[in-house]
Amino acid sequence: MTVDPNQPNSQNGAPAIRIVDLCRHYQMGEALIRAVDGVSLQIQPGEFVALLGSSGSGKSSLLNLIAGLDRPTSGAVIVEGRDLAHLSREALSRHRLRTVGMVFQSFNLVSRMTLAENVDLPLRFAEVDRGRRQALTRQALERVGLGTRMTHRPSELSGGEQQRAALARALINQPKLLLADEPTGNLDSHTGTEIMNFIREFNQSLGMTIVMVTHERTLAERYARRMILLADGKLVDDQPNPMPAAAGQQEGRR
Amino acid sequence: MKTYDLSELALRNLRESSLRNSLTTVGISVGVASLVAMLSLGIGLQKLATRHLAKSGLFDTVVVTSRRELRGFSRDDEQRSTASAAESRALDEPARQEIERLPDVLEAYPDIRFITELSYQDKPHLTMVSGIPDSARSNDAFAGIPGRFFSSETAPEVILQKSFALELLGKTPPPGQEDEIPVNDLAKPLLGQELIMRYAQRVAASPSSADNAPAKAGLAPPAQTESDAAYSVVSREQRLKIVGISDLDPDSMRGAARARVFLPLKLAQDLRVMQPSDVRDSMRGFNKQPSYSTISVRVKNPKQVEAVEQAIKKLGFNTFSILDATRSLRQFFAVLDLFLGIFGSLALAVASIGIVNTLVMAILERRREIGIMKAIGASDGDVKKLFFAEAGAMGLLGGVVGVALGWTIGHIINLGTNIYLKRQSLPPESFWAVPWWLVGAAIVFAFIVSLVSGLYPAARAARLDPVQALRYE
Repeated sequence: MTVDPNQPNSQNGAPAIRIVDLCRHYQMGEALIRAVDGVSLQIQPGEFVALLGSSGSGKSSLLNLIAGLDRPTSGAVIVEGRDLAHLSREALSRHRLRTVGMVFQSFNLVSRMTLAENVDLPLRFAEVDRGRRQALTRQALERVGLGTRMTHRPSELSGGEQQRAALARALINQPKLLLADEPTGNLDSHTGTEIMNFIREFNQSLGMTIVMVTHERTLAERYARRMILLADGKLVDDQPNPMPAAAGQQEGRR
Repeated sequence: MKTYDLSELALRNLRESSLRNSLTTVGISVGVASLVAMLSLGIGLQKLATRHLAKSGLFDTVVVTSRRELRGFSRDDEQRSTASAAESRALDEPARQEIERLPDVLEAYPDIRFITELSYQDKPHLTMVSGIPDSARSNDAFAGIPGRFFSSETAPEVILQKSFALELLGKTPPPGQEDEIPVNDLAKPLLGQELIMRYAQRVAASPSSADNAPAKAGLAPPAQTESDAAYSVVSREQRLKIVGISDLDPDSMRGAARARVFLPLKLAQDLRVMQPSDVRDSMRGFNKQPSYSTISVRVKNPKQVEAVEQAIKKLGFNTFSILDATRSLRQFFAVLDLFLGIFGSLALAVASIGIVNTLVMAILERRREIGIMKAIGASDGDVKKLFFAEAGAMGLLGGVVGVALGWTIGHIINLGTNIYLKRQSLPPESFWAVPWWLVGAAIVFAFIVSLVSGLYPAARAARLDPVQALRYE
């Protein structure tokens, strides 16, 4: 399949993410690990997709490839019209900075920095003016309910609060895609719900495309509108989930 | 990333592991301090040497002699010289004035030197007497001597060289131990005392002087046949008051070499003492005007010595200056500075390894942080620049602290040495100089060394694979 990586995604209806026969193989000593093995799929703008699978199924590897943190062994991963396989390291870092936002299971806040500094960091890399940065940072932290904790360090906060700060950081550069790798994996069910409600809100009110990796089928069923199941690096199931929202909202108000 | 944000972030990171980073910075400081200390010592010693030599007048002085003096007495030479008369002029008063009018010439004065007899308490002493220009007032040899400099250019006063003062007092220390006697001890009995100088005055041969002279004369030479070349020599006496004693080594000063008694130059000129060159001139028969054997020319700045020498040579005289000697002196100090600089740099080289170590450690420790930064959009360049900035900040801070440290160490050493010198009753010296360019250069050097040290760690941090870095918990 021929893909023009320079063709921007201007047409309405063009997929936000198009993955074509994507492979990512690692050499681990003697063994060849096929973390992602010939996956093809398309995700439309505004979709909320859950990548399901047991550990080692390749879901995180796939997410890393979409995030531009890793490069495929073969195949194409086209995000917003650009084939990440052919981007330079510099262009890949711009992709991570502007096109995607990431949240992780272990929050991945810089422990030596305050919340405000953590959220501010992508703005620094994007060379945003100092004055504007402060306003944006405050706004982003207030949105996730952490307006009063700006000068706190991550270690002074609960897991839920840390993940909310991570969400604020992921959104600060207004990316089109939010990639979440087990965002509730380290949280109790109550705070997990809190985080998921935020993510759903971003999906619904901002129209962000969400790709969430999880191994909890119930969580995926509650929030995602499409569930993709991976096993041994291969796509084994891809089905829509027509009624996620109602359950989620009930859960949120409890 | 913007430069300001970058440096802010770098400084912030440095503050985080402050103990390790400050130890590294101290390492750089010590390196810079040793470099500054070494080079300041070299520069200071050079300045000290140059200052002493400049004060002695060796650097800014051109000695002018007539080309005639180099010729023999043979008639052949004399005839040949008429062809090139313009370039073998007599070194007389008009010539002196002409030289003095040359650009960059401060003054040109004749060297007047003669051997004569001085009586102190009716005991005669034979010695070399030299005329000293008023400009020698600030000279190393006369500044700060017991007593004072001449009150005027024609005052009937003398300054004695130490060895002559010893002779007058009848003290003869064993050879080599003359330095042990403080000049002040000699000054007490001699200052204010009078000497009587007997000398041969050269008088133009006019009928009247010829008649008057013989009263005291005794050694009037046979009159010359050509009337314009004729003069007679009359014995005179001059009372002179001792006003100062100089510690000056008789060999070390321009013009006055080997003289042990110094007169004001103008007085010496006015006395019109018979000089050895007079005899030579009279034998050659062209002494319409009394000529000088040598003229000392003081130049405004040692840098202009060469140009002035050329100008004087064009006028038709021979010149000599110590410029060549200073050239080798400068060479010596350049080599000395180089060696001191290399030794000083060694400590900085060790410190730079400290920077590499600190930053490599920081990469290991901040592996996850680097991974996070890359995941949220930092480019390789951003990470590289951040580590670079941290190295540079340590270098800059270390450089500034190091210069201050080196400056302080130098002053303490200088102070200590001066206390020692004072105990040895020697005058204090400043052999320590930290010029501004050294301050700037040392800081810039520390900065550059740090950046170079940061090259490898920064490249390593930039290459870090974010997936790998984030995988480790």
